[in-house]
Amino acid sequence: MKQHDLKQENKSLLTVPMGLWALLFVGVALLYILALSFLNRGEGFSAQGPATLDNFAKLASPLYFKALLISLRLAFTTALLCLLIGYPFAYHMARAKPRTRTWLMLLVIIPFWTNALIRIYGWKILFSAGGPINQTLLSMGWIARPLKLLYTDFAVQVGMVYAMIPFMVLPVYSSIERMDWSMVEASRDLGASPFKAFLTVTVPMTLPGIMAGLVLTFIPSIGLFFLSDILGGSNTMLWGNLVNNELLKSRDLPFAASLSVVLLLLTGLVILLYRRVGGKTEEMVF
Amino acid sequence: MAQDNTLMALRGLRKSYDTQDALNGLDLDVYKGEFLTLLGPSGCGKTTTLRIIAGLESPSAGEVYLEGQNITQLPPEKRAVNTVFQNYALFPHMTVEKNIAYGLQMRKVPKAQIAVQVKAMLELVQLKDYGKRLPSQLSGGQRQRVAIARAAILEPKLLLLDEPLGALDLKLRRQMQVELKKMQKQLGITFIYITHDQEEAMNMSDRIALMRDGRFIQLDTPQGLYEHPKSTFAATFIGETNLLSGKASAVKDDEVLLDIGGLSIPCMSSDWIAPGEKLCLCIRSERLHYGPSAPGGKSMLRATLTDSRYAGGERRTTFLLPTGQSMVARHTTEGEELYAPGTELCLWWNQDTAVLVPDEGGQFA
Repeated sequence: MKQHDLKQENKSLLTVPMGLWALLFVGVALLYILALSFLNRGEGFSAQGPATLDNFAKLASPLYFKALLISLRLAFTTALLCLLIGYPFAYHMARAKPRTRTWLMLLVIIPFWTNALIRIYGWKILFSAGGPINQTLLSMGWIARPLKLLYTDFAVQVGMVYAMIPFMVLPVYSSIERMDWSMVEASRDLGASPFKAFLTVTVPMTLPGIMAGLVLTFIPSIGLFFLSDILGGSNTMLWGNLVNNELLKSRDLPFAASLSVVLLLLTGLVILLYRRVGGKTEEMVF
Repeated sequence: MAQDNTLMALRGLRKSYDTQDALNGLDLDVYKGEFLTLLGPSGCGKTTTLRIIAGLESPSAGEVYLEGQNITQLPPEKRAVNTVFQNYALFPHMTVEKNIAYGLQMRKVPKAQIAVQVKAMLELVQLKDYGKRLPSQLSGGQRQRVAIARAAILEPKLLLLDEPLGALDLKLRRQMQVELKKMQKQLGITFIYITHDQEEAMNMSDRIALMRDGRFIQLDTPQGLYEHPKSTFAATFIGETNLLSGKASAVKDDEVLLDIGGLSIPCMSSDWIAPGEKLCLCIRSERLHYGPSAPGGKSMLRATLTDSRYAGGERRTTFLLPTGQSMVARHTTEGEELYAPGTELCLWWNQDTAVLVPDEGGQFA
């Protein structure tokens, strides 16, 4: 008995490094950002007291409100497009033969092994005036002049969906894969057409995966600044870009911190909402 | 057979998966209002047969007819057939009421009428106060009743039940057997019922189709199957049977002398038997009697008692024949006479209770 207890204790000791890591690089770092957001800009790249709410007062301007709305809208359409494209893909992956399934899974995972920045530069080449897309369209005679694809909202949206889609496919796949198909058969047996069965049984039963996918694609989409930098030029100002600009261009540390705090609060709100709506299941991701 | 009384018919039904044959040409007529059971060991093809009737799988060859209409190509939602699934397949995200109402909703029945019908159905399956619960909040027996209610509310011409009592404990199973049978009479729906439990098949069925390796071995009433098995498989799958294999040595009208390794046993058979044919004599263990001597006019063998066990109200006694074969007799312990192991006794039986079947090489004995 005593020995067993000791073993348990030893096991929990193993979590100490992880705990320390999280405390230092997540907990302390976040507290640092929170503290910074209440300070004034100091000499050079620093911050100084006394504590103030000036930064947050500055945020109340319509300019920032607009940037926030644009960011949220883009994140929302990204999550929605990921669902519309990712769900059918995940569905077929879950229903495919094991061999095909492995290949499809690789298609989703391989991009993970390549640097995200490099992949986005790939899109930049694809979208450019002399890039493959325009070249093809020109040679087919479908367009007279190259289309402006790069540095548009469209390019940013495509890049976002591309970057985020694995985070939709994987949770949705796992909930479709573990679904009991006799439920769908039962619904067909009781008179439902294939589409009706999908709407009334498959979708509700895979809702935990859908919710998880929406949250996992929505949250990072608010802050993905480098994507709109590369594909949107300076045309698209997202919340993530604001943080980036204040930090690296204006070098206003406290104000950048207050922008980050807003982002953090937003993220917390979305997770709270998710727990309310998609809660009560063991498939929760948070 | 009465053509007008046939509800559902299978003709030459085959199903192969890759190179494996699951069904090897099934022909079956199911009559209106009957309780037909597909009985067989697991893997015999009974679930595949049911799924083809439901439309959840399509056959490799053959047809399914419902009231004379070929429905082989119809999708499941277009068939007047409903299924009670083995694991019940209740929708976990819907309450009991909504589960039961589902089929009517798909038929676009007016809401008010659905409510009335669901209420009546909940009463029929004795779950009046459980309508608002989720399936996960019910016991196994209750879930089972919801599954039946959900399928029966559509008043199908044919209700398919895939081992619906398989997950329940013995006591509840026996109780549900009675309830199911009662419900079937009340609803007047034809049942095709799957089980691997011979006792369940015996208790509930009007007819039993005994299956093995994707074929019907015998289609008969429970009594017919028990009293007149036509193969060693049928004789041994249902009940406890002593098999004595031998050769027909002398045949005269319906009397046959069976030679089992030097011993000659007089038997009766209405089938035509050729001398020298390899046969098995099946004697049910409860129809095998023993004592110091046999009453006149009975078939008898001399054998040595090797073991005698009390088994809850009955006694199982094992004997060794001079040929080296053993036989088991099973009797109520009421007023029994006890014999010590090693005693030589007479085994006897009534000739008309012993059945001769072709010897299939003893592979199922």
